[in-house]
Amino acid sequence: MSTLPVTVRRHGPLVRITHWLNAAFLAGMIGSGLQIYTAYAHIGYHGETFNVPNPFDGSRLAIPEQVRLGGWLAGGLRWHFTLAWPFVLTGLAYVLFLFFSGEWRALIFRPRDVPGAWQMTRYYLRLRKDHPPQGKHNPLQKSAYTFAIVLAVLSILTGFAIAKPIQLSFVTSLFGGYEWARYWHFVTVWTLTAFIVAHVVMVFVADPASLRAIITGRYRGRHTSHE
Amino acid sequence: MSESPLVRRSLTIARRDFLRIAAPALPIALAACGWNGGKHLQLVFDKVIGANNKLGEGLLSIRHAQANPNQIARGDMPSYFIAHEMPVLADPASWRLAVGGLVRKPMQFTPQMIAALPHISYTITHHCVEGWSVVKLWSGVPLATFAALVEPITAAKYVQFDSFDDGYMNGWDIASAMHPQTILADGFEGKPITAAHGAPLRLYSPIKLGYKLTKYLTKVTFTDKKPGGYWEDQGYPWFGGL
Repeated sequence: MSTLPVTVRRHGPLVRITHWLNAAFLAGMIGSGLQIYTAYAHIGYHGETFNVPNPFDGSRLAIPEQVRLGGWLAGGLRWHFTLAWPFVLTGLAYVLFLFFSGEWRALIFRPRDVPGAWQMTRYYLRLRKDHPPQGKHNPLQKSAYTFAIVLAVLSILTGFAIAKPIQLSFVTSLFGGYEWARYWHFVTVWTLTAFIVAHVVMVFVADPASLRAIITGRYRGRHTSHE
Repeated sequence: MSESPLVRRSLTIARRDFLRIAAPALPIALAACGWNGGKHLQLVFDKVIGANNKLGEGLLSIRHAQANPNQIARGDMPSYFIAHEMPVLADPASWRLAVGGLVRKPMQFTPQMIAALPHISYTITHHCVEGWSVVKLWSGVPLATFAALVEPITAAKYVQFDSFDDGYMNGWDIASAMHPQTILADGFEGKPITAAHGAPLRLYSPIKLGYKLTKYLTKVTFTDKKPGGYWEDQGYPWFGGL
Protein backbone atom coordinates (compact mmCIF):
# COMPACT_ATOMS: atom_id res chain seq x y z
CA MET A 1 0.00 0.00 0.00
CA SER A 2 1.28 3.39 -0.96
CA THR A 3 2.22 5.61 1.92
CA LEU A 4 2.22 8.75 -0.17
CA PRO A 5 -1.39 9.10 -1.32
CA VAL A 6 -2.08 11.23 -4.32
CA THR A 7 -5.11 13.43 -4.74
CA VAL A 8 -7.61 12.18 -7.28
CA ARG A 9 -10.85 13.66 -8.50
CA ARG A 10 -13.49 11.26 -7.23
CA HIS A 11 -16.98 12.77 -7.42
CA GLY A 12 -18.27 15.17 -10.04
CA PRO A 13 -20.49 18.11 -9.06
CA LEU A 14 -23.75 16.34 -9.94
CA VAL A 15 -22.98 13.41 -7.63
CA ARG A 16 -21.99 15.72 -4.78
CA ILE A 17 -24.99 18.02 -5.16
CA THR A 18 -27.55 15.21 -5.46
CA HIS A 19 -25.93 13.37 -2.55
CA TRP A 20 -26.37 16.27 -0.12
CA LEU A 21 -29.73 17.37 -1.49
CA ASN A 22 -31.04 13.83 -1.12
CA ALA A 23 -29.61 13.60 2.38
CA ALA A 24 -31.59 16.72 3.35
CA PHE A 25 -34.78 15.69 1.53
CA LEU A 26 -34.64 12.16 2.92
CA ALA A 27 -34.15 13.50 6.46
CA GLY A 28 -37.28 15.62 5.95
CA MET A 29 -39.18 12.67 4.47
CA ILE A 30 -38.27 10.45 7.43
CA GLY A 31 -39.12 13.13 10.03
CA SER A 32 -42.48 13.96 8.46
CA GLY A 33 -43.12 10.25 7.85
CA LEU A 34 -42.65 9.59 11.56
CA GLN A 35 -45.12 12.41 12.28
CA ILE A 36 -47.67 10.79 9.96
CA TYR A 37 -47.01 7.31 11.39
CA THR A 38 -47.69 8.67 14.89
CA ALA A 39 -51.33 9.31 13.89
CA TYR A 40 -51.86 5.52 13.72
CA ALA A 41 -48.81 3.69 15.01
CA HIS A 42 -49.98 0.17 14.17
CA ILE A 43 -49.81 -2.14 11.17
CA GLY A 44 -53.09 -3.65 9.98
CA TYR A 45 -56.77 -2.81 9.75
CA HIS A 46 -58.25 -0.44 12.35
CA GLY A 47 -58.86 -2.53 15.46
CA GLU A 48 -57.25 -5.58 13.82
CA THR A 49 -53.47 -5.23 14.17
CA PHE A 50 -51.47 -7.67 12.05
CA ASN A 51 -49.21 -10.12 13.79
CA VAL A 52 -46.05 -8.83 12.09
CA PRO A 53 -42.74 -7.70 13.60
CA ASN A 54 -43.08 -4.00 14.43
CA PRO A 55 -40.72 -2.67 17.13
CA PHE A 56 -42.30 0.75 16.60
CA ASP A 57 -45.90 -0.23 17.42
CA GLY A 58 -47.53 2.61 19.37
CA SER A 59 -48.38 0.30 22.27
CA ARG A 60 -44.66 -0.24 22.83
CA LEU A 61 -43.02 2.99 21.77
CA ALA A 62 -44.01 6.55 20.97
CA ILE A 63 -41.91 8.27 18.32
CA PRO A 64 -40.13 11.14 20.17
CA GLU A 65 -41.28 14.63 19.23
CA GLN A 66 -37.68 15.71 18.50
CA VAL A 67 -37.42 13.49 15.42
CA ARG A 68 -40.89 14.28 14.06
CA LEU A 69 -41.40 17.04 11.52
CA GLY A 70 -44.55 19.11 11.05
CA GLY A 71 -45.98 19.36 14.57
CA TRP A 72 -49.24 17.55 13.80
CA LEU A 73 -50.65 15.22 11.17
CA ALA A 74 -51.61 17.93 8.65
CA GLY A 75 -48.19 19.60 9.07
CA GLY A 76 -46.43 16.27 8.56
CA LEU A 77 -48.49 15.60 5.43
CA ARG A 78 -47.63 19.02 3.99
CA TRP A 79 -43.90 18.40 4.47
CA HIS A 80 -44.11 14.82 3.21
CA PHE A 81 -46.10 15.50 0.03
CA THR A 82 -43.98 18.56 -0.78
CA LEU A 83 -40.53 17.01 -0.19
CA ALA A 84 -41.55 13.81 -2.00
CA TRP A 85 -41.16 15.50 -5.40
CA PRO A 86 -37.64 16.98 -4.99
CA PHE A 87 -36.61 13.69 -3.34
CA VAL A 88 -37.81 11.73 -6.37
CA LEU A 89 -36.34 14.25 -8.85
CA THR A 90 -32.84 14.40 -7.33
CA GLY A 91 -32.87 10.61 -6.97
CA LEU A 92 -33.86 10.31 -10.61
CA ALA A 93 -31.17 12.81 -11.68
CA TYR A 94 -28.55 10.79 -9.81
CA VAL A 95 -29.66 7.42 -11.20
CA LEU A 96 -29.82 8.78 -14.77
CA PHE A 97 -26.34 10.27 -14.34
CA LEU A 98 -25.01 6.93 -13.02
CA PHE A 99 -26.46 5.15 -16.02
CA PHE A 100 -25.41 7.51 -18.80
CA SER A 101 -21.95 8.39 -17.41
CA GLY A 102 -21.05 4.74 -17.01
CA GLU A 103 -20.19 5.40 -13.36
CA TRP A 104 -22.62 2.66 -12.42
CA ARG A 105 -19.84 0.18 -13.27
CA ALA A 106 -17.88 1.31 -10.21
CA LEU A 107 -20.96 1.31 -7.97
CA ILE A 108 -23.48 -1.38 -8.90
CA PHE A 109 -22.90 -4.84 -7.46
CA ARG A 110 -22.66 -7.50 -10.14
CA PRO A 111 -22.17 -11.30 -10.03
CA ARG A 112 -18.46 -10.78 -10.79
CA ASP A 113 -18.17 -8.95 -7.44
CA VAL A 114 -19.07 -12.06 -5.43
CA PRO A 115 -15.49 -13.42 -4.97
CA GLY A 116 -14.23 -9.95 -4.02
CA ALA A 117 -17.09 -9.53 -1.55
CA TRP A 118 -16.02 -12.77 0.09
CA GLN A 119 -12.41 -11.55 0.36
CA MET A 120 -13.60 -8.24 1.92
CA THR A 121 -15.75 -10.19 4.40
CA ARG A 122 -12.68 -12.27 5.33
CA TYR A 123 -10.70 -9.06 5.81
CA TYR A 124 -13.34 -7.56 8.12
CA LEU A 125 -13.56 -10.88 10.03
CA ARG A 126 -9.75 -10.74 10.41
CA LEU A 127 -9.35 -13.98 8.48
CA ARG A 128 -7.20 -12.07 6.03
CA LYS A 129 -4.56 -9.58 7.07
CA ASP A 130 -4.13 -7.30 4.08
CA HIS A 131 -6.87 -5.15 2.60
CA PRO A 132 -7.85 -6.68 -0.76
CA PRO A 133 -7.03 -4.42 -3.71
CA GLN A 134 -10.03 -2.41 -4.79
CA GLY A 135 -11.19 0.22 -7.23
CA LYS A 136 -13.26 3.24 -6.30
CA HIS A 137 -15.49 1.07 -4.08
CA ASN A 138 -14.89 -2.39 -2.72
CA PRO A 139 -17.41 -5.16 -3.50
CA LEU A 140 -19.09 -4.92 -0.08
CA GLN A 141 -19.55 -1.18 -0.56
CA LYS A 142 -21.01 -1.88 -3.99
CA SER A 143 -23.52 -4.29 -2.49
CA ALA A 144 -24.51 -1.74 0.17
CA TYR A 145 -24.88 1.15 -2.31
CA THR A 146 -26.82 -1.03 -4.76
CA PHE A 147 -29.10 -2.15 -1.93
CA ALA A 148 -29.64 1.50 -0.89
CA ILE A 149 -30.74 2.45 -4.41
CA VAL A 150 -33.15 -0.51 -4.50
CA LEU A 151 -34.54 0.50 -1.09
CA ALA A 152 -35.01 4.11 -2.21
CA VAL A 153 -36.92 2.96 -5.32
CA LEU A 154 -39.07 0.64 -3.18
CA SER A 155 -39.77 3.42 -0.66
CA ILE A 156 -41.05 5.61 -3.52
CA LEU A 157 -43.15 2.84 -5.11
CA THR A 158 -44.73 1.83 -1.76
CA GLY A 159 -45.33 5.54 -1.11
CA PHE A 160 -47.34 5.89 -4.33
CA ALA A 161 -49.09 2.60 -3.50
CA ILE A 162 -50.46 3.95 -0.20
CA ALA A 163 -51.10 7.49 -1.46
CA LYS A 164 -53.24 6.39 -4.44
CA PRO A 165 -54.55 2.87 -3.69
CA ILE A 166 -57.54 3.27 -6.04
CA GLN A 167 -56.22 5.18 -9.07
CA LEU A 168 -52.83 3.39 -8.87
CA SER A 169 -54.25 0.09 -7.59
CA PHE A 170 -51.89 -1.86 -9.87
CA VAL A 171 -48.97 -0.49 -7.84
CA THR A 172 -50.76 -1.16 -4.54
CA SER A 173 -51.52 -4.77 -5.48
CA LEU A 174 -47.82 -5.31 -6.33
CA PHE A 175 -47.21 -5.04 -2.61
CA GLY A 176 -50.21 -7.13 -1.52
CA GLY A 177 -52.81 -4.38 -1.08
CA TYR A 178 -52.97 -1.17 0.95
CA GLU A 179 -52.18 -2.51 4.43
CA TRP A 180 -49.20 -4.56 3.25
CA ALA A 181 -47.94 -1.72 1.04
CA ARG A 182 -48.00 0.51 4.12
CA TYR A 183 -46.06 -2.14 6.05
CA TRP A 184 -43.43 -2.44 3.29
CA HIS A 185 -43.18 1.36 3.13
CA PHE A 186 -42.04 1.33 6.76
CA VAL A 187 -39.82 -1.74 6.39
CA THR A 188 -37.98 -0.26 3.40
CA VAL A 189 -37.50 3.13 5.05
CA TRP A 190 -36.36 1.66 8.38
CA THR A 191 -33.89 -0.50 6.45
CA LEU A 192 -32.75 2.55 4.49
CA THR A 193 -32.28 4.37 7.80
CA ALA A 194 -30.15 1.48 9.07
CA PHE A 195 -28.06 1.75 5.88
CA ILE A 196 -27.55 5.49 6.48
CA VAL A 197 -26.36 4.87 10.04
CA ALA A 198 -23.94 2.17 8.86
CA HIS A 199 -22.86 4.40 5.96
CA VAL A 200 -21.97 7.32 8.27
CA VAL A 201 -20.19 5.05 10.76
CA MET A 202 -18.16 3.40 7.99
CA VAL A 203 -17.12 6.78 6.56
CA PHE A 204 -15.47 7.71 9.85
CA VAL A 205 -14.21 4.25 10.78
CA ALA A 206 -12.99 2.90 7.45
CA ASP A 207 -12.16 5.82 5.16
CA PRO A 208 -12.60 9.36 6.57
CA ALA A 209 -10.97 10.82 3.46
CA SER A 210 -14.11 9.85 1.54
CA LEU A 211 -16.04 12.52 3.45
CA ARG A 212 -13.87 15.24 1.94
CA ALA A 213 -14.35 13.62 -1.46
CA ILE A 214 -18.16 13.85 -1.32
CA ILE A 215 -17.87 17.53 -0.30
CA THR A 216 -15.05 18.88 -2.47
CA GLY A 217 -14.85 16.09 -5.03
CA ARG A 218 -11.16 15.47 -4.31
CA TYR A 219 -10.02 12.29 -2.59
CA ARG A 220 -6.67 11.76 -0.93
CA GLY A 221 -6.77 8.57 1.08
CA ARG A 222 -6.04 4.90 1.09
CA HIS A 223 -7.98 3.74 -1.97
CA THR A 224 -6.95 6.04 -4.76
CA SER A 225 -7.06 3.55 -7.61
CA HIS A 226 -9.96 4.07 -9.95
CA GLU A 227 -11.16 1.34 -12.28
CA MET B 1 -0.30 0.04 7.51
CA SER B 2 0.42 3.17 9.50
CA GLU B 3 -1.04 6.34 8.09
CA SER B 4 1.40 8.88 6.74
CA PRO B 5 1.30 12.47 8.05
CA LEU B 6 -0.15 13.43 4.72
CA VAL B 7 -3.13 11.12 5.19
CA ARG B 8 -3.62 12.36 8.71
CA ARG B 9 -3.66 15.90 7.42
CA SER B 10 -6.30 15.06 4.86
CA LEU B 11 -8.45 13.52 7.59
CA THR B 12 -8.30 16.73 9.60
CA ILE B 13 -9.41 18.70 6.60
CA ALA B 14 -12.25 16.27 6.05
CA ARG B 15 -13.45 16.69 9.63
CA ARG B 16 -13.19 20.45 9.35
CA ASP B 17 -15.21 20.34 6.13
CA PHE B 18 -17.79 18.23 7.89
CA LEU B 19 -18.11 20.69 10.78
CA ARG B 20 -18.39 23.54 8.32
CA ILE B 21 -21.50 21.82 6.93
CA ALA B 22 -22.85 20.43 10.18
CA ALA B 23 -22.62 23.63 12.27
CA PRO B 24 -25.33 25.59 10.44
CA ALA B 25 -27.44 22.42 10.16
CA LEU B 26 -27.60 22.02 13.94
CA PRO B 27 -30.03 24.83 14.81
CA ILE B 28 -32.17 23.77 11.84
CA ALA B 29 -32.31 20.24 13.21
CA LEU B 30 -33.14 21.48 16.71
CA ALA B 31 -35.91 23.71 15.47
CA ALA B 32 -37.26 20.93 13.32
CA CYS B 33 -39.37 19.00 15.82
CA GLY B 34 -42.62 20.92 15.52
CA TRP B 35 -41.55 23.17 12.72
CA ASN B 36 -44.22 24.07 10.14
CA GLY B 37 -41.57 25.47 7.79
CA GLY B 38 -42.15 29.16 8.49
CA LYS B 39 -43.95 31.76 6.39
CA HIS B 40 -41.98 31.27 3.17
CA LEU B 41 -41.95 27.48 3.14
CA GLN B 42 -45.70 27.50 3.89
CA LEU B 43 -46.19 29.31 0.57
CA VAL B 44 -44.10 26.63 -1.16
CA PHE B 45 -46.20 23.91 0.51
CA ASP B 46 -49.41 25.64 -0.66
CA LYS B 47 -48.09 25.66 -4.24
CA VAL B 48 -46.92 22.04 -4.26
CA ILE B 49 -49.98 20.67 -2.42
CA GLY B 50 -52.16 22.66 -4.86
CA ALA B 51 -50.31 20.99 -7.74
CA ASN B 52 -50.79 17.61 -6.01
CA ASN B 53 -54.56 18.30 -5.90
CA LYS B 54 -54.55 19.04 -9.64
CA LEU B 55 -52.49 15.91 -10.26
CA GLY B 56 -55.03 13.89 -8.28
CA GLU B 57 -57.87 15.31 -10.38
CA GLY B 58 -55.93 14.57 -13.57
CA LEU B 59 -55.21 11.01 -12.49
CA LEU B 60 -58.92 10.47 -11.73
CA SER B 61 -59.94 11.84 -15.12
CA ILE B 62 -57.45 9.55 -16.91
CA ARG B 63 -57.94 6.37 -14.90
CA HIS B 64 -61.61 6.57 -13.78
CA ALA B 65 -60.70 3.66 -11.52
CA GLN B 66 -63.30 2.03 -9.32
CA ALA B 67 -62.77 0.03 -6.15
CA ASN B 68 -63.42 -3.71 -6.14
CA PRO B 69 -66.98 -3.75 -4.69
CA ASN B 70 -66.80 -7.31 -3.33
CA GLN B 71 -64.07 -7.35 -0.69
CA ILE B 72 -64.08 -9.25 2.59
CA ALA B 73 -65.09 -7.13 5.60
CA ARG B 74 -62.18 -6.42 8.01
CA GLY B 75 -61.50 -4.31 11.08
CA ASP B 76 -63.64 -2.00 13.21
CA MET B 77 -65.12 1.23 11.86
CA PRO B 78 -64.87 3.95 14.52
CA SER B 79 -67.61 6.56 14.92
CA TYR B 80 -66.87 10.03 13.57
CA PHE B 81 -68.15 13.46 14.61
CA ILE B 82 -66.55 16.71 15.76
CA ALA B 83 -69.32 17.83 18.15
CA HIS B 84 -68.81 17.17 21.87
CA GLU B 85 -71.72 14.76 21.84
CA MET B 86 -72.86 12.44 19.10
CA PRO B 87 -75.22 14.36 16.79
CA VAL B 88 -78.65 12.69 16.99
CA LEU B 89 -81.85 13.95 15.34
CA ALA B 90 -84.61 14.76 17.84
CA ASP B 91 -87.26 14.12 15.20
CA PRO B 92 -85.88 11.98 12.33
CA ALA B 93 -89.18 12.15 10.41
CA SER B 94 -88.90 15.91 9.94
CA TRP B 95 -85.30 15.73 8.61
CA ARG B 96 -84.88 16.81 4.97
CA LEU B 97 -81.98 16.78 2.53
CA ALA B 98 -81.86 19.99 0.50
CA VAL B 99 -80.22 19.53 -2.91
CA GLY B 100 -79.76 22.81 -4.73
CA GLY B 101 -77.38 25.55 -5.80
CA LEU B 102 -76.58 25.82 -9.51
CA VAL B 103 -79.35 23.39 -10.52
CA ARG B 104 -82.50 23.69 -12.62
CA LYS B 105 -84.80 21.92 -10.13
CA PRO B 106 -83.75 22.31 -6.48
CA MET B 107 -85.40 19.64 -4.31
CA GLN B 108 -86.07 18.67 -0.71
CA PHE B 109 -85.82 14.92 -0.05
CA THR B 110 -87.70 13.22 2.78
CA PRO B 111 -86.36 9.95 4.26
CA GLN B 112 -89.16 8.12 2.40
CA MET B 113 -88.21 9.67 -0.95
CA ILE B 114 -84.57 8.62 -0.48
CA ALA B 115 -85.57 5.10 0.58
CA ALA B 116 -87.56 4.78 -2.66
CA LEU B 117 -84.57 5.63 -4.90
CA PRO B 118 -82.51 2.79 -6.44
CA HIS B 119 -79.70 1.78 -4.06
CA ILE B 120 -76.29 0.19 -4.64
CA SER B 121 -74.18 -1.78 -2.13
CA TYR B 122 -70.48 -2.52 -1.94
CA THR B 123 -67.97 -3.95 0.51
CA ILE B 124 -64.92 -1.75 0.00
CA THR B 125 -61.83 -0.36 1.72
CA HIS B 126 -62.18 2.83 3.74
CA HIS B 127 -58.98 4.88 4.06
CA CYS B 128 -58.42 7.32 6.89
CA VAL B 129 -55.83 10.10 6.53
CA GLU B 130 -54.30 8.77 9.77
CA GLY B 131 -53.14 5.73 7.83
CA TRP B 132 -55.55 3.00 8.89
CA SER B 133 -58.10 1.22 6.77
CA VAL B 134 -61.18 -0.98 7.28
CA VAL B 135 -63.29 -2.93 4.80
CA LYS B 136 -67.04 -2.53 5.29
CA LEU B 137 -70.40 -3.01 3.58
CA TRP B 138 -72.15 0.26 2.68
CA SER B 139 -75.37 0.92 0.77
CA GLY B 140 -76.95 4.09 -0.55
CA VAL B 141 -78.04 6.11 -3.56
CA PRO B 142 -75.40 7.29 -6.05
CA LEU B 143 -75.00 11.07 -5.88
CA ALA B 144 -75.28 11.01 -9.69
CA THR B 145 -78.90 9.81 -9.25
CA PHE B 146 -79.69 12.92 -7.17
CA ALA B 147 -77.90 15.05 -9.78
CA ALA B 148 -80.06 13.56 -12.55
CA LEU B 149 -83.14 14.66 -10.58
CA VAL B 150 -82.04 18.23 -9.79
CA GLU B 151 -80.15 18.82 -13.08
CA PRO B 152 -77.04 20.87 -12.23
CA ILE B 153 -75.99 23.41 -14.88
CA THR B 154 -72.57 23.12 -16.53
CA ALA B 155 -71.16 26.01 -14.49
CA ALA B 156 -71.31 23.76 -11.38
CA LYS B 157 -67.70 22.61 -10.92
CA TYR B 158 -67.88 21.81 -7.20
CA VAL B 159 -70.27 20.27 -4.70
CA GLN B 160 -70.55 21.48 -1.11
CA PHE B 161 -71.78 19.12 1.60
CA ASP B 162 -73.21 20.53 4.85
CA SER B 163 -74.11 18.70 8.05
CA PHE B 164 -75.72 19.13 11.46
CA ASP B 165 -72.43 18.06 13.14
CA ASP B 166 -71.39 21.42 14.60
CA GLY B 167 -70.81 23.02 11.21
CA TYR B 168 -68.70 20.19 9.73
CA MET B 169 -68.65 20.53 5.95
CA ASN B 170 -66.64 19.58 2.87
CA GLY B 171 -66.20 20.63 -0.75
CA TRP B 172 -65.63 18.24 -3.63
CA ASP B 173 -64.65 18.47 -7.28
CA ILE B 174 -67.61 17.56 -9.51
CA ALA B 175 -65.80 14.57 -11.14
CA SER B 176 -65.28 12.81 -7.80
CA ALA B 177 -68.85 13.65 -6.75
CA MET B 178 -70.26 12.07 -9.94
CA HIS B 179 -68.06 8.95 -9.65
CA PRO B 180 -70.41 5.92 -9.89
CA GLN B 181 -69.30 4.67 -6.45
CA THR B 182 -69.90 8.01 -4.69
CA ILE B 183 -73.14 7.54 -2.76
CA LEU B 184 -75.28 9.14 -0.12
CA ALA B 185 -75.32 6.20 2.28
CA ASP B 186 -78.23 5.23 4.52
CA GLY B 187 -77.09 1.65 5.13
CA PHE B 188 -74.04 0.24 6.94
CA GLU B 189 -73.19 -3.43 7.48
CA GLY B 190 -76.55 -4.50 6.04
CA LYS B 191 -78.62 -2.41 8.46
CA PRO B 192 -79.92 1.18 8.51
CA ILE B 193 -77.01 3.48 9.32
CA THR B 194 -76.68 4.44 13.01
CA ALA B 195 -75.94 7.83 14.55
CA ALA B 196 -72.36 6.70 15.24
CA HIS B 197 -71.69 6.62 11.49
CA GLY B 198 -73.62 9.68 10.33
CA ALA B 199 -77.37 8.82 10.37
CA PRO B 200 -79.68 9.51 8.74
CA LEU B 201 -77.56 10.09 5.62
CA ARG B 202 -73.86 10.48 4.94
CA LEU B 203 -71.56 10.85 1.99
CA TYR B 204 -69.53 7.76 1.11
CA SER B 205 -67.00 6.87 -1.60
CA PRO B 206 -63.98 4.60 -2.01
CA ILE B 207 -62.06 7.32 -3.87
CA LYS B 208 -61.75 9.86 -1.02
CA LEU B 209 -60.16 9.86 2.42
CA GLY B 210 -62.56 9.55 5.37
CA TYR B 211 -62.44 13.23 6.36
CA LYS B 212 -63.90 14.15 2.95
CA LEU B 213 -66.97 11.96 3.60
CA THR B 214 -69.40 14.35 5.27
CA LYS B 215 -71.62 12.66 7.87
CA TYR B 216 -75.04 13.82 9.21
CA LEU B 217 -75.91 15.48 5.87
CA THR B 218 -78.36 18.35 5.61
CA LYS B 219 -77.49 20.00 2.33
CA VAL B 220 -75.88 19.24 -1.03
CA THR B 221 -75.06 22.38 -3.02
CA PHE B 222 -73.77 22.49 -6.59
CA THR B 223 -71.56 25.56 -7.01
CA ASP B 224 -68.99 27.32 -9.18
CA LYS B 225 -67.00 28.52 -6.15
CA LYS B 226 -64.49 26.17 -4.58
CA PRO B 227 -65.85 25.38 -1.10
CA GLY B 228 -63.50 24.95 1.87
CA GLY B 229 -63.86 22.24 4.45
CA TYR B 230 -63.59 21.66 8.18
CA TRP B 231 -60.18 19.96 8.09
CA GLU B 232 -59.12 21.32 4.71
CA ASP B 233 -59.19 24.87 6.11
CA GLN B 234 -56.81 23.72 8.85
CA GLY B 235 -54.18 22.39 6.47
CA TYR B 236 -55.33 18.96 5.29
CA PRO B 237 -55.23 18.35 1.52
CA TRP B 238 -58.33 19.68 -0.23
CA PHE B 239 -58.57 16.92 -2.87
CA GLY B 240 -58.03 14.01 -0.45
CA GLY B 241 -58.36 11.57 -3.36
CA LEU B 242 -57.15 7.98 -3.31
